[in-house]
Amino acid sequence: METTTSGRNPRARSTRFARIDWEKVLLGVAAPVLAVLFAGLVTAIVLLISGKNPVLAISDIFSYDVKPDSTVYILNRGTIYYMAGLAVAIGFRMNLFNIGVEGQYRMGAFFAAYVGGTLHLPGALRIIVIIVVAVLVGATWAGIVGVLKVTRGVNEVISSIMLNFIATSGIIAFLLQPGRLAANNPGSNDVTTAVLPTSAHFFTFSSYGGPIWGFIVIAALMGVAFHLVLSRTRFGFDLRTTGQSDGAAQASGVNVKKMIVTAMLISGGMAGLIGVPELLHESFSYGLTFPQGWGFIGISVALLGRNNPVGIALASLLWASLDRAGGQLTFDGFDTEIVGIIQGTIVVSVVVAYEVVRRYGLKRQQQKVGRELAAQSGTASPQQKEAAA
Amino acid sequence: MSAPTNVNKAVSRAKSASGKLTTPRLLLLISGLLLALFAVRAGTGANDLTSAGQIGGMLGLAVPIGLAGLGGLWAERSGVVNIGLEGMMILGTFFGAWGSWHWGPWAGVVLGMAGGALGGLLHAVVTVTFGVDHVVSGVAINILAPAVTGYLAKLTFYPVVGSKQSPPLKPLPTINIPGISPWLTGIEKHHWFAISDLAGILGALVTGLSILVVLAAVLFVGTYYLLWRTPFGLRLRSCGENPTASESLGVNVYRYKYIAVIVSGALAGLGGVYLVMVSSNIYQDGQTGGRGYIGLAALIFGNWRVGGLAMGAGLFGYTDSLQLRGSDAVHALLLAVAVLLLGIAIRMLLRKSYVGALFSLVAAAMFALWFAMTKDVPAQIVSTTPYVITLVVLAFASQRLRPPKADGIPFRKGQGK
Repeated sequence: METTTSGRNPRARSTRFARIDWEKVLLGVAAPVLAVLFAGLVTAIVLLISGKNPVLAISDIFSYDVKPDSTVYILNRGTIYYMAGLAVAIGFRMNLFNIGVEGQYRMGAFFAAYVGGTLHLPGALRIIVIIVVAVLVGATWAGIVGVLKVTRGVNEVISSIMLNFIATSGIIAFLLQPGRLAANNPGSNDVTTAVLPTSAHFFTFSSYGGPIWGFIVIAALMGVAFHLVLSRTRFGFDLRTTGQSDGAAQASGVNVKKMIVTAMLISGGMAGLIGVPELLHESFSYGLTFPQGWGFIGISVALLGRNNPVGIALASLLWASLDRAGGQLTFDGFDTEIVGIIQGTIVVSVVVAYEVVRRYGLKRQQQKVGRELAAQSGTASPQQKEAAA
Repeated sequence: MSAPTNVNKAVSRAKSASGKLTTPRLLLLISGLLLALFAVRAGTGANDLTSAGQIGGMLGLAVPIGLAGLGGLWAERSGVVNIGLEGMMILGTFFGAWGSWHWGPWAGVVLGMAGGALGGLLHAVVTVTFGVDHVVSGVAINILAPAVTGYLAKLTFYPVVGSKQSPPLKPLPTINIPGISPWLTGIEKHHWFAISDLAGILGALVTGLSILVVLAAVLFVGTYYLLWRTPFGLRLRSCGENPTASESLGVNVYRYKYIAVIVSGALAGLGGVYLVMVSSNIYQDGQTGGRGYIGLAALIFGNWRVGGLAMGAGLFGYTDSLQLRGSDAVHALLLAVAVLLLGIAIRMLLRKSYVGALFSLVAAAMFALWFAMTKDVPAQIVSTTPYVITLVVLAFASQRLRPPKADGIPFRKGQGK
C-alpha cells in the first residue's frame, strides 16, 4: 500500500515511508501487547479471587523461564508451535480457515512413523522418507477439503472438523492397534508403531540446558520461505489478492479454484511436518500418547502473531514459555491450569484487540484522506466530504 | 427469447415440486426406512437393532447432540455462526456438576444452562459488538472454555475427591409408566416382524425416561413455535437473512443477535448438563468429546430446520449407540445400508438418472459384499459414521441446503448497503 503512489522524488518517498510505517507498526504492536497485558490482568484477578498471590506467580514465570534448561525447552516447543502457526497462517492469508491442521499433522506423523519404522533404509534416507511421507499425507488430507470446497462448495471449516474426527477417532484409532500397523510396546501400556533406530534421529545442537533440536533450523527456513514466497513472488501476490477479494483476483486472471486447492495443499503439507520433530527428536514412534492439540495451538499463535512470520515466532515462544512456567507454578502452590486461562484469555482478547485496532486504523486513514482531499480542492463539495467520512 | 425461459421455469418448477419434502412424503419415507430396518432385523436376527435398550441408548446419545444443534440453530438463524458450541457445552458440564453437587439436581440444570449462556454472552460480545470473525471467536472460546473449567474443577473438586472429577451426583427424576413397560417387553421378546420392533421403540419411550429428555422434546417444539410462528421469531430469523432490511424496519438487530446467541449457549449448556447428570453421574475433563461439533453437523444435515435437526441428531445418536451394543448389530446395519442404497438406485432408475443409479447400485453391492464377507465392523469405523454422513450430505446435497443468507457475515449497525 505504501508503495502504490510513491513519487519520483526519493526524499518525499522516504518521508512517506517513515510516517506511515511508524503508525502502522505502532498499531500492529499495540494490539498483541494490549491483549497480553489484558490477559495478565484477568489472570491476576482470577488468582486474587482464588486467594493466591498474583505477583509471586508473575515473578515465577519470569525467573523460571530464563534458566538454561527452560530456554532449551522453550526453543524446542516453540519450534513445533512455530510450524503449526505457519501452517494455519498460510490458510489465513488466503482467507481460508484451516481448522483441520490438528487432523493433518496427526495423520502425517502417524503414517510417517509407520513407514519410517517399517522400511529398512540407511539413516539419512529414512529421515527424508519420513519427512516426505508426512508432508504428502498432510497435504492429501487437506487436499480433500480444498477439492470439496471448489467442486461441491463445501465450507472448509465444517469439512475440516469432520475430517479431524475421521482421522483421529477413525483411521488412526483403527490402525493404531496390535496386529494392524502397531504393536504393544514392551514395558508399558502404550501401543506404538515400530520404534525408529538411532540412525534416524535428527541432529541436535548441544548446550548447557540440553540438546536443542536441529529442526529449529528447518522451522526457521520455513519462516523465511513463507515470507519470501508471500511477499516476493507472483504466486504469493496472487494468494494474498485472492484472500482479500476473490472477485478482484478472478478479474486479474487468477484461477481462484486452483489457488484454493494449492493453498490447502501447502497448508496441509506444512501441517504434516508439525509432528515430525517430535518423531525424530523425542518419541521415535507414534503411539497412544503422541501429543495432541498442536493444531489448535497453531491457530492460537497464528492469530496472536497476526499471520506474520516474525509475529508467529514471538507468539510461539510466548506460548512455549507459558507452558514451561506451568510446571514450575505447581511448586509454589499454584495450579498448572492457570496457564490455560492465560493462554485462552490471550486468544480471545487478541482477536478483539486486532479488530478494534483495524477499525481505528481504517477510520484514521479515511479521515486523513478526507483532510487531504479537502485541502486539495480548497472547498470540498458535500459529496466528497461524505465519501471521505 | 421468452419461450426457453418459460420452459426453464416449468422445468425448475417441476423439479422443485418433485424434490420437495411434504409432510405425507416425509412420513412415507420414515415408515419406509423403519420397515426396511425391521426387515433387516427379522432377516439377520440382530435383535439389538430395534431393542428397547438400543432405542433408549439412541435417545440418550441423541439428546445432547440435539441440544447442541438446537443451540446452533438459534445462533445461526440470527446470523451468527457458532463453532463455540463445544466450549459452551463444556461450561455446561462443569457448572451443571458444580450446581448439582451443592444444591441438588435442579440447581445443576439451571447453573449449567447459565454457564453455557455465559459462554454465549462472550461470543455475542466478541462477534456482535466487536464484529470479530465468527469462526475465529468460536474457536477462541473452545480454547478458553476447557481451560476455565479445568482450573475451576481443580479448585473445587480436587480438594474433595483428589482428582478433577466431581463426586457422584444425585440423579434427576425419571418417568416410568407402570403396567405398560413389562407388557411391551413381553411383546418384544417374541421377535414378531414389525410388532415387536414397535414394542421395542415404544418401550424405550415409557421406561426410565429421563425428565431431561422430555424437557429437550419440549424445547424442540417450543423452538419451532417461537422461531417460525411468532413475530419475535420472524424478526430473529430476519436478522439472519438480511439484517440491513430488518434494521430499516426498526428491528434492533444487535439485541436479537445477543438474545439468540445467549439462548444458543444456554441450550448447549443444557446438553452438557445432560452428559453430566443423565449419561453419567460425574463430571470429568473432556466429557463432551466433540459433541458440540457433531451438533453443528446435525444442524447442517437438518438444513437449519428443527425437524431436520431432530432427524440428524437421532441418526447420529443411533449410530453412536449401536457402537456400544456389540458388533453384530452394526454388522446387520451394513445390510440395511445396502437395502437403502438399492432403494435409491431404483428411484433414480425410475427418474432416468442412469449414472446415479449405477453409482448407487455399485455402492449397494459393495455394502452387501462387505456384509457377506465379514463378521463384524470395527468400532472405530462405526464411530466415524456421523462425520462421514455429514461430509457426504454436504458434498452431494449442498445445492439443496439453504443456510440463513447472512449467516456468518459480521453486521455493523448503520453501515448496511
